[in-house]
Amino acid sequence: MTAATTAINGNINGEWYLALAAVLFAIGAFGLLIRRNVLVMFMCVELMLNAANLTFVTFANMLHDIGGQVLVFFVLVVAAAEVVVGLGIVVAIFRRRASATADDFHLMKG
Amino acid sequence: MVAIIHGLLLAAATPTGHASAVDWGTFGVAAAIVLSGAIGVVIARNPVHAALMLVMTLFGIAVLFVLQRDDFLAAVQVIVYAGAIVVLFLFVIMFLGVDREENIAVEPLRGQRPLAVALVALGVTGLLLLGEISKWTTGAPSVAGSTNSSTSNVAQLGTSVYTTYLFPFEITSALLVIAVVGAVALARRPPMADIDRVPDTEAELADATPSATDGAPAEPNGATETGTGTGDAHPATEDAHQPQDAHQEVTP
Repeated sequence: MTAATTAINGNINGEWYLALAAVLFAIGAFGLLIRRNVLVMFMCVELMLNAANLTFVTFANMLHDIGGQVLVFFVLVVAAAEVVVGLGIVVAIFRRRASATADDFHLMKG
Repeated sequence: MVAIIHGLLLAAATPTGHASAVDWGTFGVAAAIVLSGAIGVVIARNPVHAALMLVMTLFGIAVLFVLQRDDFLAAVQVIVYAGAIVVLFLFVIMFLGVDREENIAVEPLRGQRPLAVALVALGVTGLLLLGEISKWTTGAPSVAGSTNSSTSNVAQLGTSVYTTYLFPFEITSALLVIAVVGAVALARRPPMADIDRVPDTEAELADATPSATDGAPAEPNGATETGTGTGDAHPATEDAHQPQDAHQEVTP
């Protein structure tokens, strides 16, 4: 590792954080693939977003660059907007179908 | 988990090394919390339990942010994610009444889970291998600012947001307004139906409840055969299930 990468990540090498974020992202992707409840699938998307946030913060500390932390700030905002719109869609679908299972949403028409 | 145990062993073997035992201990505990919470989200049958497991993961991530001297984002993580987003999830779960347990032992698509395991394992292995055989960090730092200065994390972040990233920050407000308008437009009832149903909210309630309760007993049957679970779309299949259920109730 170069000198820039052994930075101030709490005195721990950044690779540990990146590996943890990769595993967290994998768990989130796995859950998104196997679960059927739309709300739980949303939560798995949140897991993946958090893994990306952890990666951004780690790289910000590895490269001594505040830009990564600013990007996490924007990811938080976009995640909030995404959850609001996504849950609005779930509510709108549920009103028509009385179901929150992804298998039931195989028709484009309401 | 293997990585964490390895990390703890490494810390125990070299106590006078670069990282202190406290740092490693904090990292190990936070990583264990994050991973167990994430696994809990995936395997929880009840969506409410999944949401609570998600809170656990978010707190673990916040601890990791603090460990990286990133205080502001840790606070925002707890306030926005655990305080607002998960509460929104719980609101929707309670509002829709979909806190029914999902039978996750049933596999709706044949061979989907082994395929998912294989794909995810392939992706993670590739990622970790890539990090092992090459450098994690490449390229040059941007002009956004250094994290090394003596000012606090909040001051650095604020300076960067309000100078270098001012335009994206303003666009963010537009995004939030669009999201709010979109959520309102999605969640409100169609105006035509509103005009029809203005006087009888009680009848509307009575109309809504049987369909919700009908879905509950049909769930185990509908989960095994994909596509037959929708009560409103297929009244014929709903009727076909009905005698079976009555028969099963009579026999014991």
